[in-house]
Amino acid sequence: MNCEIDKATIKNLIVFFMIEREEEKFLTCDSRRDFLKQGSLYTALALTPAQLLKAADQNADETFAAMLEQMPLNITVNGKAHVLKVEPRVTLLDLLREQLELTGTKKGCDHGQCGACTVHIDGTRVNSCLTLAVMNEGKKVTTIEGLAIGDELHPLQAAFIKHDGFQCGYCTPGQIMSGIACIKEGHAETKSSIREYMSGNICRCGAYPNIVDAIEDVKKRGVQI
Amino acid sequence: MINFQYVRANNAKSAIAAAAKDKNSKFIAGGTNLIDLMKRGVSSPEKLIDINLVPLKQIEMIKDVIYIGSMATNTDVADHQLIKSHLPALGMALNAGASPQLRNVATVGGNIMQRTRCGYFYDTEMPCNKRQPGSGCGAIQGYSRMHAIFGASESCIAVHPSDMCVALSILDTTIVLAGPKGERKMKFTEFHKLPGNTPEKDNNLLANEMIIRLEIPVDDLNQRSSYIKVRDRASYAFALISVASTLMVKADKITEARIAMGGVAHKPWRLTEAEAFLVGKAPSLEVFEQAAALAVKSARTYKDNGFKVKLATNTIVESLKSIS
Repeated sequence: MNCEIDKATIKNLIVFFMIEREEEKFLTCDSRRDFLKQGSLYTALALTPAQLLKAADQNADETFAAMLEQMPLNITVNGKAHVLKVEPRVTLLDLLREQLELTGTKKGCDHGQCGACTVHIDGTRVNSCLTLAVMNEGKKVTTIEGLAIGDELHPLQAAFIKHDGFQCGYCTPGQIMSGIACIKEGHAETKSSIREYMSGNICRCGAYPNIVDAIEDVKKRGVQI
Repeated sequence: MINFQYVRANNAKSAIAAAAKDKNSKFIAGGTNLIDLMKRGVSSPEKLIDINLVPLKQIEMIKDVIYIGSMATNTDVADHQLIKSHLPALGMALNAGASPQLRNVATVGGNIMQRTRCGYFYDTEMPCNKRQPGSGCGAIQGYSRMHAIFGASESCIAVHPSDMCVALSILDTTIVLAGPKGERKMKFTEFHKLPGNTPEKDNNLLANEMIIRLEIPVDDLNQRSSYIKVRDRASYAFALISVASTLMVKADKITEARIAMGGVAHKPWRLTEAEAFLVGKAPSLEVFEQAAALAVKSARTYKDNGFKVKLATNTIVESLKSIS
């Protein structure tokens, strides 16, 4: 059976929940799923047209749940502070790419195996595909877009061009973010150390020797990174 | 990923209380294993309790015991001077695991709680008694190259993937757990279990309990410990075989030996027979080879992992040579 729900009804329902949520004042970081499951939605629906009750029977309540399950998130990306609303299941990677339109950070395997999604969180390199955006409340994130100053490339970006450190380029943002961390951590002393500490970044084109050369070059020149 | 409720806990007590309130909840720390499992539909908790704000990141030494909080990251532990100086096998094992990016967020507690990397466990189209009790084991008749050669059962031949846990199992480690009724302690070697008829349970943690810390004695035996890992590539791969070992030698006689293997069983596999054999003998290549032969005597191989017996033998010998 088809069941159309007009936008005004949805809006009214959302307003209803927002008011009730204001009154609740419990666990400010609690997302809404539990609340909805406890039957409040059905209480609300009892006050609404029969049409909506049918919608609830057809699991349309899940649709409402999804709308209301957004959580507040304060996060700074490349120096810019954002106040956002996100679902708990959104990874940091998807937040960067889909909501903030920072598509420089790549989605490769999406399971922490390839390193294409590497970003810095509070200065530490991590796989952004394996951390939830909501787990990064108050954190400072740096992506590949945050490295250059105007038209001036970051020294490691320039070194990747100089040493031909990429072919298809898909792994490159992750390689560069990881490479900067590798140098800062003090793991770029030798070629073998660079290889070991860059092992979380896979390059299917096989540009590894040139990537190692680029990192070693920046390390040896001792430039500010 | 199926959506879920998300809450943050500020301390262990509130985290445990939140878990007790909701049967289908899970703690999330680094998330490097759990988020992976949730994306694949292997795990679908209704509630995640974020414990990253729980203050359990300490790494400290008090009166010859090193205390490591369960929320300390793998990087923090591996690179800590106390660990490098007193528990070398632990630092070596941690740095042999995962990648720098993963180690930066993966925690000690999460490392202990990580699930097997058995391909049949991860593939929801395949039977797996660990993922879905009673559905069968895809690996026993399937592709078993990475699987167990010790302690497996008719229902599961998966191996525990952790490097860190192999090292911890020779360091006389105590694990401290907290639940709704308070804290309890357990020998680390008793924490993980063999699959038996209940492969869905990896360990003896009770419902609503969380790992609080590890306590590891500082002594000569632990200070001499070492870890080696053999894998398909030079870095960033799970172990085919790994060995953690330590020996005490006095007046050219071995007085104490502890050896454990990774990549071979559902839990870190202590070589108790080989350890007992070594005690009282003078360390030599021949004695090490005899001990290794004794260690693999009870091995049971499957279609694709027969090579692990020889690899295990050689790796045990290499490990003992490196510390004697």
